[in-house]
Amino acid sequence: MEFTFDNNIPIYIQLLEYMKIYLISGTFKCGDKLPSVRDFASTFKVNPNTMQKALSELESMNLIYTERTNGKYVTKDQKLIDKLKDEYAMTLAKSYMQGMKRIGLGKADSIKYLERIDD
Amino acid sequence: MNLLEIKHLNKSFDNKTILDDINLKISKGKIIGLLGKNGAGKSTLIKIINDLLTIDSGEVLFKGKKIGVYSKENIAFLPERTYLDKSMKVEAVINFFSDFYKDFNKEKAYELLEKLDLDKKQRITKMSKGMQEKLQLILVMSREADLYILDEPLSGVDPATRDYILDTILSNFKEGASIIISTHLISDIERILDEVIFIDKGKIVLQSEADALRNKEKSSIDEIFRRMFKC
Repeated sequence: MEFTFDNNIPIYIQLLEYMKIYLISGTFKCGDKLPSVRDFASTFKVNPNTMQKALSELESMNLIYTERTNGKYVTKDQKLIDKLKDEYAMTLAKSYMQGMKRIGLGKADSIKYLERIDD
Repeated sequence: MNLLEIKHLNKSFDNKTILDDINLKISKGKIIGLLGKNGAGKSTLIKIINDLLTIDSGEVLFKGKKIGVYSKENIAFLPERTYLDKSMKVEAVINFFSDFYKDFNKEKAYELLEKLDLDKKQRITKMSKGMQEKLQLILVMSREADLYILDEPLSGVDPATRDYILDTILSNFKEGASIIISTHLISDIERILDEVIFIDKGKIVLQSEADALRNKEKSSIDEIFRRMFKC
């Protein structure tokens, strides 16, 4: 996967988004050990310090935790991941609705369009 | 202690002021962009840090000591123009570096060359310009230095080579070391920077954390730079 970054937005915030998607989609599951900061940095092709900042942020949200000397792990609390997924899906849905409203379509029409999309 | 500290540095050539009262602190473990237009004083400042030019007044300290033999042992420098003897073969250049610098990691250099499919028996003259740039970068990044200084590492190379150069820098600098990269091609490089320093007409006009600056100005470093130094 190619990771693209928008230079107008702090890089660590964009890394945080990529990391959240990893957790929501189950690329890394509850209790999984995470790669090292340097490994992540080289995957995303970013500065290790910036990667560290994004991981610290995830840690302060309790989505990951550090086991001393052992590295970083995904939270064991599935509820936290579910909540994250719910919030993320809601944000996407709101942004879709905003776009539809802008072209004069209401909720009922918006749902019809969703149904017309093939999976 | 700061890795590098510059105090009240002044430099002029033939009565023309090139650097005007430069004060600068660089700490450990940071990637710093030294950004400025052509002729802003970037290369002069870099040459001074590498002890290649004398100064008129002020102080340049590396780990608290005046620059000299000690700093040269611990700073890996990629100049804008190559200084290699082009009639040399790759192998000979590697041996030369290995003899010259205590911190040169020969195995690493060969490992990186192998990834490029570069024949070590080849003479530098026979290599393409892009390949020469890559070789030069490999030589610098194979040193286990405390500070890497790269003067315009991206100018004149194609986008694929640019990606290779950025990758090589990111995956090979010694942990805890700092990197100063001078460039005017900001958009290509800003993603990997911790800090930026703007230099204009011989003066430091701004030193800031990159993400903090993006957040404050709601735009890219490239955009902020363009706005500030509009011609």
